[in-house]
Amino acid sequence: MTDHLITFDKVNKWYGNNFHVLRDIDLQVKRGEKIVICGPSGSGKSTLIRCINRLEEHQEGKLIVDGVELGDDVKAIDEVRRNVGMVFQQFNLFPHLTVLENLTLSPMWVGKIPKKEAESRAMKQLERVRIAEQAHKYPLQLSGGQQQRVAIARALCLTPKIMLFDEPTSALDPEMVSEVLDVMIELAKQGITMICVTHEMGFAKAVADRVIFMDQGQIVEENTPDNFFSNPQNERSKDFLSKILGH
Amino acid sequence: MTYTFTSITPRPSPVRTEGLVPWLRSNLFADAKTSLATLIFGGLLLWFIPQLLDWAVFRATTVTNADACRAEGVGACWGAVIEKHRLIFFGRYPFEQQWRPLVATLLMVGMIVVSCIRVFWKPWLAAMWIAGLAAFFVLMYGNTLGLSKVETDRWGGFPLTMLLSTLSIGMAFPIALMVAIGRMSKLPAIRAFCTIYVELIRGVPLISVLFMASFMLPLFMPQGFSIDVLIRVLVGITLFTAAYMAEVIRGGLQAIPKGQVEAAATLGLSYWQTQRKIVLPQALAMVVPSLMNNFIALFIDTSLVTIVSLYELMGAHGLAFNSDADWRPYKIEGYIFIALIYFTFCFAMARYSAWVEKQANKGRVR
Repeated sequence: MTDHLITFDKVNKWYGNNFHVLRDIDLQVKRGEKIVICGPSGSGKSTLIRCINRLEEHQEGKLIVDGVELGDDVKAIDEVRRNVGMVFQQFNLFPHLTVLENLTLSPMWVGKIPKKEAESRAMKQLERVRIAEQAHKYPLQLSGGQQQRVAIARALCLTPKIMLFDEPTSALDPEMVSEVLDVMIELAKQGITMICVTHEMGFAKAVADRVIFMDQGQIVEENTPDNFFSNPQNERSKDFLSKILGH
Repeated sequence: MTYTFTSITPRPSPVRTEGLVPWLRSNLFADAKTSLATLIFGGLLLWFIPQLLDWAVFRATTVTNADACRAEGVGACWGAVIEKHRLIFFGRYPFEQQWRPLVATLLMVGMIVVSCIRVFWKPWLAAMWIAGLAAFFVLMYGNTLGLSKVETDRWGGFPLTMLLSTLSIGMAFPIALMVAIGRMSKLPAIRAFCTIYVELIRGVPLISVLFMASFMLPLFMPQGFSIDVLIRVLVGITLFTAAYMAEVIRGGLQAIPKGQVEAAATLGLSYWQTQRKIVLPQALAMVVPSLMNNFIALFIDTSLVTIVSLYELMGAHGLAFNSDADWRPYKIEGYIFIALIYFTFCFAMARYSAWVEKQANKGRVR
């Protein structure tokens, strides 16, 4: 029994026949670890975390999540997805359902939990992201920051062991970024395993155990956040950081 | 320190925006072009409406006597409609038994009204429809409970129109759903099957589908085995409409962002749960107006079954007037009458569609 919750072992992925999007990815994530992934656009960072809950499939190598190897086995995929929550850049809330219905949908239909209980659990999660008073509104009636917090609460309703964040603040207006990051930092402190694609340095410094830098489908550098941002080892990381910090 | 106060320039007094005259000014005489259009169309209406009223009301007669209609200076002969209304409504159904189609039609209309009201959307609605349709067939066909037997080829008029459109809408919708989902399926065999079905049906006119159902199908049946023509026609209309509706629904399905399905997947929802809870509610909400378009077109297109000798409302009108030399000159009054019936139902469908659209798009209103 290893303490690794997620293991990538020589994982390769292609889009179509010739676009090699993930190259020989080796990565171990410990229980409770917080990892920030950054890199230029098209470097494969979103694809990498989307492989963890099989929104994308890899063609070569081994990917084990909480002891379950991901492959074509549908049962294994279901089991992994029960343990992995995900938050998207575009929120992906269901616009035809109220906030509360967004949160109770999966517990009621997948978890077979009675409505009353699902609702009280959902309200607890909404309080956790400080948005309980909006429970009966529709997603499009909320601001971007509020929607993203609802999306986090929705993922938490499944009591996941791992939370994946795919550029959760990139689609937000600048003044709403911090309300989402605050929630994420709080969540990180509660000990959940987190993998987060983001360029928010402040967030990375506050919570990340490791920063992983990707470029052209490869993991180019692994470092502590402080070292990575102040003293990057790799040429490509240096180049990238100089671009995002240039202004 | 001294202050100089200068008064601001006086603003014009507010223009009255309520009442008849301001309304006329802003809506009908806002500028030269609008005024011209108002005058032209107003003039046409002033010329046309009095003539119409004169013909339809003031000089009209309701006497059920063809000779009285022929008299000099008589306008619309509504007597023709009064004289023929039983034939128009019920076609060739045996005259003394026509209370049966009347009750059956009222039953059907009642069930449709009940089904349209939200508080009644409960499981018992399905049971009601099964019982109601059984009652409809018992009433119309008889041969039991002391009712005499009336073969389906004598069914006609409005009950037939209602039966054909209700049943084909009811059956075409679920088929269209499945075909639309099938065309988006990952499985090539299912996708190909659904695509071929849609393209084949869309490649032929409804009339030829009806001809095939009515005349050609029996040629391929084993001897002594036949399916009632009504059922064959019903299946024909259903399959025809379903193909068109499937394409409308597919349009809605394609408009759903991929992220919705991905979010559902990360939440552990199965394929069918995702379709039912996430994709279809949003897709259907988007295509309500086009779907209702299909429903209305189907309701009207049932008049085509006349060509295979089923005398629904339109065909019954023909029965009523074409073979009766006395009344034939007044078939236009008959046409106006059935046009009003069609319009009433189509208008109700359109209003209902507007309500459904509003309900379905609740979450989109900010």
